[in-house]
Amino acid sequence: MRVTRRICSYSRAGLSNTTAKPVASYVSTQSPRPYSTNPPKARLNIPTDFSTTALLAHRPQTALQNNELPAEVRNGTTQQMNLFQSINDALSLALASDDSVLLFGEDVAFGGVFRCSMNLAEKYGAERVFNTPLSEQGIIGFAVGAAAEGAKAVAEIQFADYVYPAFDQLVNEAAKFRYKDGKAGRDVGGLTVRMPCGGVGHGALYHSQSPESLFTHIPGLRVIMPRSPIQAKGLLLSAIASKDPCIFMEPKALYRAAVEQVPTAAYTLPLSKAEILKDGFDLTIVSYGHPLFTCSSAIEKAEKEFGISIELIDLRTVYPWDKECVLKSVRKTGRCLVVHESMVNAGIGAEVAASIQEDKETFLRLEAPVGRIAGWSVHMGLLYERFNIPDVARVYDTIKRTLEY
Amino acid sequence: MKIPFPRQLFRPGPSLTFHSTAASQAQRWSSSLSQKAGSAGVCFPGAVNSKFTNAMTFEQPSTYPAIPTYRCTSPDGDIIDSSVALPSNDVALKMYENMLAVSIMDMIMFDAQRQGRLSFYMTSQGEEGTCVGSASALEDGDVIFSQYREAGVFMQRGFTYEEFMSQLFANGKDNGQGRNMPVHYGSKALNIHTITSPLATQIPQAAGAAYALKMQHRQNPSTRPRVVACYFGEGAASEGDFHAALNIAATRSCPVIFICRNNGYAISTPTLEQYRGDGIASRGIGYGIETIRVDGNDIWAVREVTKRARELALKDGGRPVLIEAMSYRISHHSTSDDSFAYRARVEVEDWKRRDNPITRLRKYLENNNLWSDEKEANARKRLRGEVLKAFGEAEKEKKPPLRAMFEDVYAELTPEIKAQMKELKDMLDRYPEEYDVTEFEGGKESLST
Ligand SMILES: Cc1ncc(C[n+]2csc(CCOP(=O)(O)OP(=O)(O)O)c2C)c(N)n1
Ligand SMILES: [Mg+2]
Repeated sequence: MRVTRRICSYSRAGLSNTTAKPVASYVSTQSPRPYSTNPPKARLNIPTDFSTTALLAHRPQTALQNNELPAEVRNGTTQQMNLFQSINDALSLALASDDSVLLFGEDVAFGGVFRCSMNLAEKYGAERVFNTPLSEQGIIGFAVGAAAEGAKAVAEIQFADYVYPAFDQLVNEAAKFRYKDGKAGRDVGGLTVRMPCGGVGHGALYHSQSPESLFTHIPGLRVIMPRSPIQAKGLLLSAIASKDPCIFMEPKALYRAAVEQVPTAAYTLPLSKAEILKDGFDLTIVSYGHPLFTCSSAIEKAEKEFGISIELIDLRTVYPWDKECVLKSVRKTGRCLVVHESMVNAGIGAEVAASIQEDKETFLRLEAPVGRIAGWSVHMGLLYERFNIPDVARVYDTIKRTLEY
Repeated sequence: MKIPFPRQLFRPGPSLTFHSTAASQAQRWSSSLSQKAGSAGVCFPGAVNSKFTNAMTFEQPSTYPAIPTYRCTSPDGDIIDSSVALPSNDVALKMYENMLAVSIMDMIMFDAQRQGRLSFYMTSQGEEGTCVGSASALEDGDVIFSQYREAGVFMQRGFTYEEFMSQLFANGKDNGQGRNMPVHYGSKALNIHTITSPLATQIPQAAGAAYALKMQHRQNPSTRPRVVACYFGEGAASEGDFHAALNIAATRSCPVIFICRNNGYAISTPTLEQYRGDGIASRGIGYGIETIRVDGNDIWAVREVTKRARELALKDGGRPVLIEAMSYRISHHSTSDDSFAYRARVEVEDWKRRDNPITRLRKYLENNNLWSDEKEANARKRLRGEVLKAFGEAEKEKKPPLRAMFEDVYAELTPEIKAQMKELKDMLDRYPEEYDVTEFEGGKESLST
């Protein structure tokens, strides 16, 4: 990957949670994974090596080179964190810097089932970090009300699969709050809803869903999905600060797996702005969240074997999304694939593909149909996850066929 | 002046009493008859039996005594409510064995998960009595909705070890077609709907199902009247669905028995942070539903209460009943949970020692010369053998055909899904080394259209 990184010191005593024992999730992200083995002779479908992937900053200087970070952050230090630790860090910084920040949800007080809120109740008090009764509609309604009266309400939904009871509050209330109030001028920009999403190999129907498209259909909500610890920290701090209600979806497969050097200071990363992770000239791949790692592996193979270069774009915010960045790239490459984990039908890929063909200038540049590689239009059956979520072979194969078109 | 009715009703006593609001219900009119001048009562359509008062007092929940917990067996296994109709010795022994079987299966499967032989498991230590006891009071035709910690209900109803193990290992014999997480059992033959993970969704479904059963019986009175039994945890009872369910069941007079397993925890959240009222039972009263709280460690009490609830549920065209069965979640929430991150080990040890539905029934059986150490040892050995045999067979069994991934989304495969199935088959054909499909019945061939 094309990056030059600046060297910087790596200090700061370990975060209190880096050594903590992993505990207590309904679906573990680290338990044995008997349902996801890779075949012995596979050369494409091999698990991501998170210790070497180019998508993570394995060294402090790599982390600090990031142009989106303000100078003082780039001149600061880093700390090794996985995704849940960087989220914990962001939450801690938000709670520390602004008394109006509240953090709550089911089992949040003891650290949350995925450990994202570990030690925060102890640090910031049980009045600001607390357990709610088991009711998602209650949690989000409560959060909307708190945000309406000036709180920065950060609500956790234990699994994205369980957000549906809160749909009314999100779709009819949070999304329309500013619009209905009009000149009265009130809003619930202080609302941030965090939820773990996506497959982990054994979550089946109700612990694997990635319902971002249900929210991207709703104007008024900003829908974000980070790919890495650095991204998660900056995007979450932006979401909390944002003037709009934000849905912040955390790929739970990355909670422990994605480890990188994360700048220690507080920083924000821009919302509704895509990031070009890698330049390329022959094809553009648009993705977000966990599948970016799959794309990265497929790209590595395809570039080597087909002698081409591929541009990889992380949408980061899936709505309102950075159309301009994608169109510009596709005007350059003439080919585009969209990759996501959730079902292909009416998914993010549909929106991206339609926008590309709708834009005359980009349409005329197309040399192949825009492809979508996504989950099939089925539910996430326990045994079938590895045949459902896009894998390296499917991405590789679609790259090949798109080039051969 | 204080409103007297709950006090009168909440009189604790040894006898089995359902707390009822039937009296006030019976006199409730839907029309708004205006009251006579100077009358003591109010005829507001929303509260027909309320009396006027000139003393302004807010009701203080803390001044109402807690709803008592019914038990009929002492911790030593002696019967302390002589009115209880106990089952035959054979039935008692079978129920004991069923509790034992659940606890043995729990131990084996918990360890198997630790060894990585299955992805997930949930035990029901401490709640075997609630499940086996209540299920023993239902009839075969009754329909059951459950949450996930009700293996005892399945066991008592006759779910076989093979069925348990096929589901847990998601093999080809599993009705779930390898789609569901472990412990999401279901059986059409046993009239138990397949478990789903989203909490509380089954509670309003139970009300609707009960209404359907009621209508069917009405339209065809020669059929046996049936009820629905619906299980859920005290945590799930915080969901909107719980409240919607009780209210709709009450207003439509549905023959449904709501059975709340109050085990003190919802993952890490203790009941103190889950609610501030008098448990879940007090809510039943609020919805105008006959309600009882029972000691979940006393299997005879649970059985008796459920039997009576079933009668009530079918009386006068049907009505809902709420049972709150008290226990303590001895086990971790699931194999993904380490509960010592949020509760003290001594608390758990304490509860383990204090009471347990299995030991209490064992004492009863011993007091009646039906059980001995030797019988205990033999039964444990035999049950363990049976569970392990089914375990070994189920683990070896092939997985369902890959095609099961695409089926049952719609009654028939849609053109889109057919095309996707073909696309996957095509990938498996062209990249054989990238996929291992040997564990699936028929390999990749089941994907051929
Ligand atoms: C709608 C929904 N929200 C959250 C969860 C995650 N979750 C699974 S079990 C559980 C606790 C349930 O507690 P309780 O109802 O008391 O049952 P118990 O585990 O004690 O038997 C939670 C929060 C879920 N499954 N569904
Ligand atoms: Mg509970």
